[in-house]
Amino acid sequence: MALTNQQIKQRLTDKFADLVTGFEEPYGMLTFNAPKELNLKVLNFLYDDDELKFRFLTDLCGVHYPDLKEKELSVIYHLHNLEDNVRIRFKIFTNINKPDVYTATGLFSSANWMERETYDFYGINFVGHPNLKRILNVDEMDYFPMRKQYPLEDQTRVDKDDEMFGRGGTIGFGTEQTVDVTLVESEKNTVGENII
Amino acid sequence: MSEQHIKLPEGSIEKTTTTLNLGPTHPATHGVMQNILELDGERIVSTEQTIGYIHRAFEKIAEHRPLYQITPLTDRLNYCSSPINNMGWHLTCEKLLGVKTPKRVDYLRVIIMELARISDHLICNSIVGVDSGAYTGFLYVMQYRELIYEIYEEVCGSRLTTNIGRVGGFERNFNDIAFQKLQKFLDEYPRVQKEFENLFTRNRIFMERTIGVGAISANRALNYGFTGPNLRAAGVDYDVRIHSPYSSYEDFQFDIPVGTTGDCYDRFLVRNQEIWQSLGIIGQAFKKVQEFKGAEADVFHADVPEYYLPEKQDVYTKMEALIWHFKIIMGEIDMPVGEVYSSVEGGNGELGFYLVSDGGRTPYRLHFRRPCFIYYQAFEELTKGSMLSDAIIVMSSLNLIAGEMDA
Repeated sequence: MALTNQQIKQRLTDKFADLVTGFEEPYGMLTFNAPKELNLKVLNFLYDDDELKFRFLTDLCGVHYPDLKEKELSVIYHLHNLEDNVRIRFKIFTNINKPDVYTATGLFSSANWMERETYDFYGINFVGHPNLKRILNVDEMDYFPMRKQYPLEDQTRVDKDDEMFGRGGTIGFGTEQTVDVTLVESEKNTVGENII
Repeated sequence: MSEQHIKLPEGSIEKTTTTLNLGPTHPATHGVMQNILELDGERIVSTEQTIGYIHRAFEKIAEHRPLYQITPLTDRLNYCSSPINNMGWHLTCEKLLGVKTPKRVDYLRVIIMELARISDHLICNSIVGVDSGAYTGFLYVMQYRELIYEIYEEVCGSRLTTNIGRVGGFERNFNDIAFQKLQKFLDEYPRVQKEFENLFTRNRIFMERTIGVGAISANRALNYGFTGPNLRAAGVDYDVRIHSPYSSYEDFQFDIPVGTTGDCYDRFLVRNQEIWQSLGIIGQAFKKVQEFKGAEADVFHADVPEYYLPEKQDVYTKMEALIWHFKIIMGEIDMPVGEVYSSVEGGNGELGFYLVSDGGRTPYRLHFRRPCFIYYQAFEELTKGSMLSDAIIVMSSLNLIAGEMDA
């Protein structure tokens, strides 16, 4: 018998009662939330349970919702049960001023670089990660670029002169927002200092 | 003179291993990625990967662009098989918008995607040959990759970064020249593939270079998030085309080749077999396309007025077409609210798109699930204890494309 979303939801609520919330099925994929302290418990439960068997981590990414106060940064896990071919999405939310989340690398080795990428883009600190440093951006970057307050172009660059392309210089074109990038203390990246 | 002392890293005098820097610009690394190897003589003790040399901030850019302007970004993910990325993106948009494409569009998409898969596997396999010293195979199959490029060019105008297709279908119908070239490819290529396999498959030097090198068990591969030919070489028959069929793949008959040990030789063989399977699928799709007659044979897109530009004659004569044309070009169409994850079987594995929309004109968040990025983490485990030359072969047999790794 195939594993249905209803069965998964039933098993989760049996185990975690009302700690798992926000059950939705956008485009057929069961999506739910849990408090961030329980992320490993939920992931382990989904992995070990013989009926659920979500043993493949398809994707791990972050999203920034600046409007959800106290829950701005979100980590989204996409899991896949390969035998019954069921996918599931699991979200946790964390406070942007203290974005600590337990790492999933103990359970899934593929989470290693995916968490580094989420740290690099959003600044979520994965507690217990073996090597949490920037992966795609330069090591010297001291802000987390995918957060919504940062514009598309890096305003701190001094080596580009785009005046001939209609940007910058003394001519201000309407749609370009010049954001004063003043960094909050908590955003300064002190991990990964260069040792010579 | 004390200020001119060179400061060496900690413990570098007592160290007994050699540090070798492989990359980022190196003839053996296909794309820019760096590997810092710790060698004990010629044996690898540990490796450390540095990527991000071609990081172009696609996910941030995508938050500022309407849907059809994101297609050129997806081209540049796995640039050896860019039509697959484009089609994957269009399928994601269609899932979000609830668009159903007609069968002829699906079959044409299958033809294009399988051609892209063949071209991607050809590059990977011939480069494994080049890295083990055999240059001939690479040049020999390049001639047929050129033919594939010419087929793309007939449809969309570009060869490498194709930007092929639109939300709902294609930008133009496939003309007769495209079908002739496709027929020529289907007629001539099997003989070439046979000759390519003759060069390598039972070649003693190649077998000794690749058998037992970079092996991985199925459990470790699943834990590392492997998908695609690398996972199938380890013995797991997971293929997105069969498990979550998209674009009418369920109408086609094909097998999933699997290996046993997951080493470089198995990966090579799995890719070769997949080329044969793809040729079969293209043949079936071509026959099915030719069965459409009359008005059905002219269908090349679904009816998506919000995202598909109307015909130019209609724009000049009808009011609705004029309004749609204006709204599409100026980017004033709002997307439905929702979040969708959709994936396709790319050349390297499951290429996924996670799209979150808040009802605006551009995505709120777009994340690419890139197979190369995920399985490159396993490189250390694959090469621990093997020789330096094995590291080169493993890197090329994994089919690492820097564009897909860094996005």
